[in-house]
Amino acid sequence: MEIPYTVTARPDTGLANPKLGIWLFLASEVMLFGGLFSCYIFQRIGAEPGYWPHGLLNVPIGFANTLILIASSVTVILAWASLKMRKFNQYMWFMLATIACGLIFLGVKLTFEWPPKLGHFGAILKKEALVKYEGFLGNEHLAERKLEPRVEISGHLLPPESYAHDAVKKELHGRALIEAVVHDPNVHEFKVVVDPENANPKDKANERPHFIPRDRPGDDVEKKLKAEGKSEEEIEKDLEHRNMLAVIHKEDVQWASSFEPKHNNYFATYFMITGLHGAHVLAGVIVFVYFFFTGRALYRRNPEQLANRVEVSGLFWHFVDLIWIFVFPLFYLL
Amino acid sequence: MSAQATDHAAHADHAHDEHHHELGWWRKYVFSTDHKVIGVQYGITGLLFLFFGLLLMLVMRWSIAHGEQPLPGFIGWITHMFFGNGVITWTDYTFPSGPRMGEVLSGWSLTKEGYNVFGAMHGTIMVFFGIVPAAFAGFANFVMPLQIGAPDMTFPRINMASYWSLFISCVILLLSFVVPGGAAKSGWTSYPPLAGFADAGFWHVLNGQTLWILAMVFNITASLLGSLNFIATMVQLRAPGLTWMRLPFFCWAIFITAYLLLLAFPVLEAAAVMQLMDRVFGTSFFMPTGLIVNGQPAAFAGGGSPLLWQHLFWFLAHPEVYVLILPAIGIVTEIIANNTRKPIWGYKMMVGAIFTLAFLSFIVWAHHMYMTGMGAKVSAFFQTTTIIISVPSVILLTALLLSLWGGSIRFTTPMLFATAFLPMFGIGGLTGIPLAFNAVDLYLHDTYYIIAHFHYIVAPGTIFAIFAGVYYWFPKATGRMMNEFLGKLHFWGSLIFINGVFGPMFLQGMTGMHRRWYDGGEVFKQTVGEVLYWNWWISLSAWLLGLAQLPFIINFVYSIFAGKRVTSDNPWDATTLEWETPSPPGHGNFIKPIHVYRGPYEYSVPGADKDYSPQAEPPPGSPDLAATPHLTPAAAH
Repeated sequence: MEIPYTVTARPDTGLANPKLGIWLFLASEVMLFGGLFSCYIFQRIGAEPGYWPHGLLNVPIGFANTLILIASSVTVILAWASLKMRKFNQYMWFMLATIACGLIFLGVKLTFEWPPKLGHFGAILKKEALVKYEGFLGNEHLAERKLEPRVEISGHLLPPESYAHDAVKKELHGRALIEAVVHDPNVHEFKVVVDPENANPKDKANERPHFIPRDRPGDDVEKKLKAEGKSEEEIEKDLEHRNMLAVIHKEDVQWASSFEPKHNNYFATYFMITGLHGAHVLAGVIVFVYFFFTGRALYRRNPEQLANRVEVSGLFWHFVDLIWIFVFPLFYLL
Repeated sequence: MSAQATDHAAHADHAHDEHHHELGWWRKYVFSTDHKVIGVQYGITGLLFLFFGLLLMLVMRWSIAHGEQPLPGFIGWITHMFFGNGVITWTDYTFPSGPRMGEVLSGWSLTKEGYNVFGAMHGTIMVFFGIVPAAFAGFANFVMPLQIGAPDMTFPRINMASYWSLFISCVILLLSFVVPGGAAKSGWTSYPPLAGFADAGFWHVLNGQTLWILAMVFNITASLLGSLNFIATMVQLRAPGLTWMRLPFFCWAIFITAYLLLLAFPVLEAAAVMQLMDRVFGTSFFMPTGLIVNGQPAAFAGGGSPLLWQHLFWFLAHPEVYVLILPAIGIVTEIIANNTRKPIWGYKMMVGAIFTLAFLSFIVWAHHMYMTGMGAKVSAFFQTTTIIISVPSVILLTALLLSLWGGSIRFTTPMLFATAFLPMFGIGGLTGIPLAFNAVDLYLHDTYYIIAHFHYIVAPGTIFAIFAGVYYWFPKATGRMMNEFLGKLHFWGSLIFINGVFGPMFLQGMTGMHRRWYDGGEVFKQTVGEVLYWNWWISLSAWLLGLAQLPFIINFVYSIFAGKRVTSDNPWDATTLEWETPSPPGHGNFIKPIHVYRGPYEYSVPGADKDYSPQAEPPPGSPDLAATPHLTPAAAH
């Protein structure tokens, strides 16, 4: 028994089975990502003013990744065209280029995109405590400019004095330090070397925050003073004097954590959608690697079938690309 | 005889056909890519889960009829061992060394937590693990490729992956019963915020509520793989001459159902991912600001919306209602046409009706949410669409009813179930119309009226159709008939007792009895006291309904091994293509090329030599087109 139309098209439908199959699969994928994007819209519209952050992502890197994905969509088409022209070696090069693009995309995601967020501290303040931290928030200024209020102080969390000995310091940094400090009942305040928009809340340049990739000015000052041999107490005083160190009392804080999914709905949707998109990219790369290594045998037996496979997986790859075309403006630009 | 013929042909063509007839036992019956084996696997899995779901309900009915009295004998012990404890944690987990002091005090009755577990799992199992695998995946896999004259599904290996994905989800679901704290207990709808923090468990993963989500993710994957396969098969592998309007109505029902699953389920998958993140990573997709749990502020950042889950859930779960009923209508249509010996009345209108139904089913979901306070304008919209959707449903029912008119009906067992389907589905559907109205629904929401309404559609509706289908296609699958006497015993027992169960529930519901009272309303005696005496009656009917299934189980097992052998491949004198195959069909299905000459239900055609004209039979005087090689699908390859 053989299934008909696995390679050639059925005359009255004009389709071979795999192509119909992938289009149906993509229809279901549209509904999956449609559900996720409608969640984004629902959460964003439903958020109180000030609780949906803007401009926290690294636009140049996101843009570079967009270009890389678009380039890979072109190379996968060229790989298919090479097969149609029966140029196998050319196909191998284009396939390799596609795989490389996919891997670079994932690499950028896992080095420049996600990890810096996981080590970044943010404290969302209780509404009644906002006035207390006006110096870091600049809400009066924002109200004059008819902008949404700031409700969060973010930056680099300094370990509290009780964590000063080296053993603890070595163990705890980044997200682990933040989790430990947030859940430590003996720590009553957060010391944060703040991001530019909290250091200069009235600066027009900071109306849309963009702490990544920009370095905190406070970090440079801290380093410089440390090199001069100042004690930690003196450094903190200096930073506080320059409005670069915020001391936030825990009872004023509604929620504090690193910029991870649970921090707020913005990061929850961001990590979920980019994570699922990344999983799709990974799946595509795995399929292409499989074609790269097993393509030759199939090409000898039935070149048309290999071309069909590349076409069908290419359709999937274009879809993954298309999803990113939605993700990029929704999260990075708007 | 016929099997030998295919084998010889395969040997002769050995260069192209390097597989299948030397498959080992495991590849042939377990990890098979043959659509018929997969169909039977789906069917058996579905029937077993339907029975399991029934058993859960029978235990719940004890609790409703007798409050907290201990369960009788062995049942008390076994439910206690497995499901009785809703509160223990990993640290004091002692299973299976026996109950401890504090628990014995509950007297081995079904605890409140246990009742919630049973309620949630009864719904989940019946809908997602019972009816969809049996009525949709099972029959569609077995019957549809045969009815369109295909050698198999377009993607046999994806088909196998689909079944094993369902199998994994079944294993996860059953495992969730024995993890500490028991299985999911937030209802089959898994509404947050309750479902967001119920069962903390081990790493937030090994607990009933999270395992429920994981099981659903695998279940959804299985549905997606299956449904895209069904659509592709029907588009690509129809036999020559089988135009769309010559398709049996069952195939149409499967086609539309597959589209519903393909487009509605991914949305629940998205929602399931979000709830999984809420539970495992502590996000707040569905967690509102300022949530207090047990007097403490909950450890969530907040800002999410429980309403979002309801929208996403019902966006799937309303089309799901039509996923449950459309295959049933398809099965019933086949059986009615065959047993009335006349064409289906209004076949084209029925096809149009299910297209309309499918489209409308995507824009009625929020009629499940009138109580959420989503606003009068939104309610008015969904009220309107809900009323409109009753029109195509009524067209389907009317067409089937009119098909009985003037037929010389053979009341075989499948026909008895198919006939009973019509009034039962009618009661279920008509009692739904009041619920479509916002004002009435505010009163009836979450009462036993709702329970009775949708059970009339799925229990004596869909499940009767499943039984009808099993009795009808059993000879094709096994080559043996099922016993008619036991079948009729099964039918009459089921029909009487199922009405004893769901009929009085309308009364209870209209009095205001709420659907989730584990003690059957004892605490609220002053408001619903007048209808409480029905509890005992309903429970008794339910247990007798359970007993009435025994003839079916005996009949099913007995007939596989010792049923009367069929004398022809077409024991019901039917017209559709599945009866052109040997019984049971071998791998590859048809032993001769197939060409279709006519519509699906040409019974009692004036002037014909017999009262049925099979679709593949050339009209008198016409050449046998199937013999012309270039028209067969295999030749086109």
